[in-house]
Amino acid sequence: MPDEQSPHHEQSHSSHYAPVIEPGHTFSSVTDKISAIALRRRTPRGWYIGFGISFALMMMMFYTIGYLVLTGIGIWGNNVPVGWAFDIINFVWWIGIGHAGTLISAILLLLRQQWRTSINRFAEAMTLFAVACAGMYPALHTGRPWLDYWLLPYPNTMGMWPNFRSPLMWDVFAVSTYATVSAMFWFVGLIPDLATLRDRARTRPGKIVYGMLAMGWRGSARHWHRYETAYLLLAGLSTPLVISVHTVVSFDFAVGIVPGWHATIFPPYFVAGAIYAGFAMVLTLAIPLRKFYGLEDFITMRHLRNMAKIMLATGLIVGYGYMMETFMAWYSASTYEQFMIRNRMTGPYAPMYWALILCNIIVPQFLWSRRLRGNTTALFIVSIVVGIGMWLERYVIIVTSLHRDFLPSSWGMYSGTRWDWAMYIGSIGLFFSLLFLFIRFLPMISIFEMRTILPQAEVKDEQEAA
Amino acid sequence: MGKGEMKKKPDLYGLMAEFDDPSAIVAAARQAYDEGYRKMNAYSPFPIEELAEAIGFHHNRLPLIVLIGGVLGGIGGYLLQYYTSVIEYPINIGGRPLHSWPAFIPITFETTVLGAALFAVLGMLALNGLPMPYHPVFNAPRFELASRNRFFLCIETRDPKFDLEATRTFLQSLSPHEVSDVEY
Repeated sequence: MPDEQSPHHEQSHSSHYAPVIEPGHTFSSVTDKISAIALRRRTPRGWYIGFGISFALMMMMFYTIGYLVLTGIGIWGNNVPVGWAFDIINFVWWIGIGHAGTLISAILLLLRQQWRTSINRFAEAMTLFAVACAGMYPALHTGRPWLDYWLLPYPNTMGMWPNFRSPLMWDVFAVSTYATVSAMFWFVGLIPDLATLRDRARTRPGKIVYGMLAMGWRGSARHWHRYETAYLLLAGLSTPLVISVHTVVSFDFAVGIVPGWHATIFPPYFVAGAIYAGFAMVLTLAIPLRKFYGLEDFITMRHLRNMAKIMLATGLIVGYGYMMETFMAWYSASTYEQFMIRNRMTGPYAPMYWALILCNIIVPQFLWSRRLRGNTTALFIVSIVVGIGMWLERYVIIVTSLHRDFLPSSWGMYSGTRWDWAMYIGSIGLFFSLLFLFIRFLPMISIFEMRTILPQAEVKDEQEAA
Repeated sequence: MGKGEMKKKPDLYGLMAEFDDPSAIVAAARQAYDEGYRKMNAYSPFPIEELAEAIGFHHNRLPLIVLIGGVLGGIGGYLLQYYTSVIEYPINIGGRPLHSWPAFIPITFETTVLGAALFAVLGMLALNGLPMPYHPVFNAPRFELASRNRFFLCIETRDPKFDLEATRTFLQSLSPHEVSDVEY
């Protein structure tokens, strides 16, 4: 196929920055390379292995859920002082991971950060799948998941309504709105690329399925105009939404009077923690993906370095949150708050606390080094460590606060049972199964947005072009 | 294509010119607009701000629709909470006020965002007339490249200034890749 004019590359960025896309690409090369992963290339063996493992773990989760529904939540380690445990830890962990996707797709769009373009699609997919994993936990924690629809406000024969003054009710609205808006944002972003896949599919099922999903998109200038308006407005709506969601999640704790929870720092500290964990997950996914699918041209070192910097910055905010928690416990002069912090640092769960400090505060300091930010192996390890650290953070916040509250007579201990672990690891399987399906069947990088960042996409004036 | 017997037949949707790069299509669209053509559309593999301007499409009603969605969502969310907590199912807990508005704010915020986002997506699809599985422009040769690397300008037969021969000559003068008929 004869191609576009030869790409002319003016180096607009300063020389020590890696570009957001490697030079030499054209509209057709970008299109072909990304769409080929879904349409042309043979599914790599690694995909089958990865999907197989994830699928097996997901089946373990479904088995656990089956047993849970038949038996009851007594199979979990939850007990009387520690009524919230793995289910809420994992809920907060997953939903936090999801937040980086929205941050990349919405906030970085509004801030005109062009480097977001090649990572936004799979980060949004990550958001959706993380929210699916998160939503499962509170739904099952009710104990009778078949009655979860009682959470919704609808006129019923019982004559009862939900209590809208409860943060748990706010959670229902925040998380369901977040799931809906994230799904719409993701799908709207996919429409033009689905049209590309429809036009490039060679098989009949491919043409039909992608064709139905693309809804007849034909790239008309009028459509693009409204599309861009809708996309921008969705970004503007998602930005406060994502902050509100984790704020509401933190209200689940902060509105309660339990020592260690009842703190005004919780909303910003939770939001920063969410972005921190989320960027760690994006890096955990992006580093192997770009390597195995040869996408180094599109997800360049610039992207990895920038994400490492955001991780470092949000990690420092989280560190500030830990310091403030400790300071406020002392400053409050409340015996219970002071005991809570002492118990966290030296009590039975002290190893968890110090492991959390190691993972979330000490290890990420390596990211100050420019050399380590440019080393994918180091970045991958740090991002895994941060992911673990953020899980430990929720474990510490939830378990240490609950296991020793006001009355020593009601103290207890908690540890997860094998069913707790089966469900947690199984939900990671669910997440990765969905992700593997996504990278196999849909364009994992936004093709049309990649076209816009090519130098050829710039419209030159008639006089100049003539 | 036999030029003689093909007059302005009703089963012709328009004439489609194919271009290689964004600057060419924007220049062509501007010239067509200056020439007096209005019922035309341009097709590109990515959004080009100048292109919508060039074919004379400046404003869309979507922001207003989104505002309406947000306002409806917000009012609806607040009224739902007010109605259930104050009128339908009042619970007196230690004499605290039934209309405890600060506690209603988080959900009001969420329903505002939900309403606005739903109206944004559904409004965009509705204004664009999507889903539309069949459209005549798909009949144009190589139109599948409109989602890859080619740019198309279509002048439709319903344009009052459309004349098969004159319009074809005009499109040819823009030095496109090719000019082709688009049939219904």
